[in-house]
Amino acid sequence: MANNILVVAETRGGDVRKVALEVVTVSRLLADGLGGEVHAMVFGAPGIGTVAPKLGAVGADSVLVVEHDGFATYNAEAVAATVAAQVTGGGYRAAVFGASAMGQDLAPRVGARLRVGVAADVMSVTVDGGDIVVRHPMNTNKVIATMVLSATPALVSLRPGAVTVGATAKAGTVQTVASAMDPAAGRVKVTGVTLGGGAKLDLAEAPVIVSGGRGLKAAENFSLCEDLAAAFGNAAVGATRAVTDDGWRPHSDQIGQTGRQVSPDLYVAVGISGAIQHIAGMRNSKTIVAINKDKDAPIFKVADYGIVGDVFEIMPVLTAAVTAAKAHH
Amino acid sequence: MKIAVCIKRVADMGARFQIGADGASVSDAGIKYDMSDFDEWAVEAALQLNEKHGGGEVTVISLGPTAAQETIRKALAMGADKGVHLQADTIPFDGFAIAEALAAELKGGGYDLILFGRIAVDSAAGVTGAMVAELLDLPCVTAVSKLEVTGTAGTAERQVEGGVETLSFPLPALCTIDQGLVTQARYPSLKGIMAAKKKPLESKPAQLGAISVSVRKMELPPERSAGRIVGEGAAAVPELIRLLQTEAKVL
Repeated sequence: MANNILVVAETRGGDVRKVALEVVTVSRLLADGLGGEVHAMVFGAPGIGTVAPKLGAVGADSVLVVEHDGFATYNAEAVAATVAAQVTGGGYRAAVFGASAMGQDLAPRVGARLRVGVAADVMSVTVDGGDIVVRHPMNTNKVIATMVLSATPALVSLRPGAVTVGATAKAGTVQTVASAMDPAAGRVKVTGVTLGGGAKLDLAEAPVIVSGGRGLKAAENFSLCEDLAAAFGNAAVGATRAVTDDGWRPHSDQIGQTGRQVSPDLYVAVGISGAIQHIAGMRNSKTIVAINKDKDAPIFKVADYGIVGDVFEIMPVLTAAVTAAKAHH
Repeated sequence: MKIAVCIKRVADMGARFQIGADGASVSDAGIKYDMSDFDEWAVEAALQLNEKHGGGEVTVISLGPTAAQETIRKALAMGADKGVHLQADTIPFDGFAIAEALAAELKGGGYDLILFGRIAVDSAAGVTGAMVAELLDLPCVTAVSKLEVTGTAGTAERQVEGGVETLSFPLPALCTIDQGLVTQARYPSLKGIMAAKKKPLESKPAQLGAISVSVRKMELPPERSAGRIVGEGAAAVPELIRLLQTEAKVL
């Protein structure tokens, strides 16, 4: 038991989120290094246990199902109490969370209950001579810290998109676990959840991001980015802070120092000059394309491929070309 | 309302960072420091709440070296009423150790509301606020982008991936503040800067908790290799497509 890893596998709308599969993947490697098992805990409305095979397929030995009507949406207090009780009762070596909005809220609550620190938003988790070691980007991704967790349990949250989902299948045996607290007894009540369209990819999960800046000149011109994203088919649309501050796009779409930090396979910067605060949020993208009318714009210093010119002329041509390229596949 | 805001002195993120001689720290040669962005928004939010409801008191608390008092003075110049400096020569990377010290200071302070920034832009962990809430057994909402308080209850919105959650909670409570709640933190006025010099600022040793997360090594990420301008205007699109397919292999 002492080398087992507990995963909190995030669900939404009755299904597991991609970050949950990534967290199980990393935890599988960790458990194999320690000679332990991976137990994935899922919270949701009655019936959520049907996700167990998906977690087994990526390496969960068992799936601990906590079903309750009060878990249809994230219930911070009852989830924190239940995870903390499971970690203590199960004598786990580590608990791993996704560094999503939910995981970033939950992990520190569990940490305080267990009186240990949390290594938050890490890019990797490994075992080194019995120690759990993580790599964490800090100072707006300009510095990478290697950190050692000396306590048991070690609590870690993994940056979404940090790893590729694995394929080491395990049994995923379902066990039912009761909530450690009445979910209705929480002091903070979720009174509403407004979600974007069901098919809309989140910035943290999209392999391609098309981002717009002031160079688009008006909110309605973001349709150029939406169209290119639709042509890729697996893309989300982001924005700079200047644009979200002006209300052209929601704050949740902002990429940069004070917004989301993303690392997609492809990042297309449209009409973005490349302020240092924006680059902080996207410099870890695998390939960067920039389209800007100013050939001296700083964005071209981080872009792998640049096109100098008028975004209003280039974007429709690029969208048509991507659509055609996709049609050939 | 009696509001406490916990703030952090951080390096200016515009800097070109260098690793310190010990290989496990960021060199502070040539680095300027200021309040973390999210903490500025939290101070602004506290000031706006009390301006809206009339009266009240805003206390700012900062843990760190003596220089953290400059950051506290800035918050006082913005309009906060008093400051508490929890002296620690270095700020640990373990948020729980910090949370213990802040909770010890906040406990028994009679605050209606305790605010944090969602995350410190340097250490980028974002764990301390929620930990303090747990240690003080307070209702807590993290990453708040909209906040309203009436009497003894509050409502908040928080951004989640692809959506927004609306929450209600009783006071006293703790919230961590995300972007979007305030457009811009106010700049200290000259009058504010003068007034801040006379405002109370108490300094005492930080009662740090046990450290279980520590830095072994720090390094700079690899530089991006220099890119190239593919061409000008729409005529460059076919070549870009070819490179995305054959070289970057992302299309």
